[in-house]
Amino acid sequence: MTTIRARSNQWYIFINFVSKVLINLVLLAISLACLLPFLVIVSASLTNEEAIGKYGYPIIPKVIDPLAYKFIFADPSRIIRAYSVSSLVTITGASIGMLFMSMAAYALSRRQFALRQPIAFYIFFTMLFNGGLVPSYILITQYLKLQNTIWVLIIPGLINGWHILILRTFFQDLPSELLDAAKIDGASEWRIFFQIAIPLTTPGLATIGLFTMLRYWNDWYTALLYIDKDVLYPIQYLLYTMMRSIEWLQMGQQANVMEESVRVPILPARMAMTVLAIGPMAFGYLFVQKYFIRGIRLGAIKG
Amino acid sequence: MNGETTTTLPRPQVSVWQRRWGRLRRIYRNNFVPFIMSLPCVLHLFIFAYLPMFGIIIAFKDYRFDKGILGSKWVGFYNFKYLFSSATAPRITRNTIVMNLIFMSTGILASLTVALLMNEVQGTLRARFYQSAMFLPYFISYVIVGIFVFAFLSVENGIINHWLAKLGKDPIAWYNEPKYWPGILTLVNLWKGTGYGSILYLAVMLGIDPEYYEAAKIDGASKWQQIWYITLPMLVPIIIIQVLLSLGGMFRANFALFFNVPQDRSALYPTTDVIDTFVYRALIRLNDIGMASAASVYQSVVGFVLVVLANWAVRKIDPDRSLF
Repeated sequence: MTTIRARSNQWYIFINFVSKVLINLVLLAISLACLLPFLVIVSASLTNEEAIGKYGYPIIPKVIDPLAYKFIFADPSRIIRAYSVSSLVTITGASIGMLFMSMAAYALSRRQFALRQPIAFYIFFTMLFNGGLVPSYILITQYLKLQNTIWVLIIPGLINGWHILILRTFFQDLPSELLDAAKIDGASEWRIFFQIAIPLTTPGLATIGLFTMLRYWNDWYTALLYIDKDVLYPIQYLLYTMMRSIEWLQMGQQANVMEESVRVPILPARMAMTVLAIGPMAFGYLFVQKYFIRGIRLGAIKG
Repeated sequence: MNGETTTTLPRPQVSVWQRRWGRLRRIYRNNFVPFIMSLPCVLHLFIFAYLPMFGIIIAFKDYRFDKGILGSKWVGFYNFKYLFSSATAPRITRNTIVMNLIFMSTGILASLTVALLMNEVQGTLRARFYQSAMFLPYFISYVIVGIFVFAFLSVENGIINHWLAKLGKDPIAWYNEPKYWPGILTLVNLWKGTGYGSILYLAVMLGIDPEYYEAAKIDGASKWQQIWYITLPMLVPIIIIQVLLSLGGMFRANFALFFNVPQDRSALYPTTDVIDTFVYRALIRLNDIGMASAASVYQSVVGFVLVVLANWAVRKIDPDRSLF
């Protein structure tokens, strides 16, 4: 009897061990698959044109050659300008957007506000139905004349209805006695908002703020539609145009591949640009990812 | 005020006014500042969301830039007839719906599986590494995703074709062969979204009362039985909600994915052209406002009906989770 139990116990421990190992192997494989493209891009940026032509884009580079970075840093003005545009748009857009959205969310969380139901529906309806691309395009280019200005990158994306509704739940969770007490003590709504409601909901606001910043930073679509002037290219759109224009360069280059003159490291340079565009983001990601995860969890529970 | 009533009426009359004034003041005090606070959003949405809704009339007009929206000629349903008589309309509708269905089913399955696996390693340092790695693709714009895919699929230098060469097989011209693209796009979509999606399910799993598992363990339930009889049943509501929400969005394609990853190659349109990419092309490349706006209104209207239906279904299942 005891031997059977001991054996089944050993068996159980064995099965447990094997399944733990399997689970970890699967998760490790998926994680590596997620990281693999990043590795390829970094490796490709560190090798040279000949090596790519011979071995293809490398996972681990066989030849290390920093020429691509030298090539880009020989004239970094374009990438610096694109970085400045993206940073400016992200910081202005996210701060103004967060101010507007949290103001509205706070107002909608106030029970005595008679219009809170109609306004909540007014915001909500924009998430269900939209006029589509064509009317917005005509509005922005023909009537507001925002094309080729920095404003078109900032203004149309300021407000996100879904974010207002999530922010509202943060303010709704504040203890109402606290706000009412402040009100009885004579504090104005503005004061309650800025000095009580905002400080108490900072973690939630920060999470939504990060999502808003990410939306602005990764936006290339607005520039695709409305920006022709290359001084206003944000970083993502610069990558997009580079993808197309270097392809074009590459075609011209293959035509006169016989001339063994100094070759522009087109393929690695493109990857180096990509690395430079991802780099700071990936670094910041390490610090902010937990806030994003918290935000998604909130969405899972509240949404 | 006449002489007879002065003795009796002044006090109540004044107090009525005072009361009314007081009520007005209270209404003002309760509403004025919140109204001002919501004004920026209300105005912004009016300009950038509601005005374009009225712009839907463009689809019923022969829009000319020089004549403006109101000045252009009415043409009724001409643009729609034109759109639906072409071979494009069924193609973009089919691609949008089929790809969304594939994304939905594979996405939910993958996220759920990863969440179940992650749930087994919760709290370890390894778990944090897995989560960080799998969540990273969510942060990358689709322009960069397009470059990633190109590194793998480029005809001359792509990693896949070099592997094929090593195996002694012919290279494949990926960007000219539409038949591979439903699979490629599905993989890319999984790569980008599984980490994000799994966090959602994991959050629900972490909310399950541990007493259920303890009770099951005492009764001798194996890990599989615990997953099958406790975890999955607890996840059924959120899975249903996710399915219904995806069904509601069935008519809206992810423009960034379908535009950047196939690099807008016309050879791939048979499987990669969706309503959103078509609207963009008709508007910007072909300058065919009529066709673009007809397709876009078609998408908005059918999309709206689907969302309302999906929400109705969600409300039947779990009123707390319905959108409205």
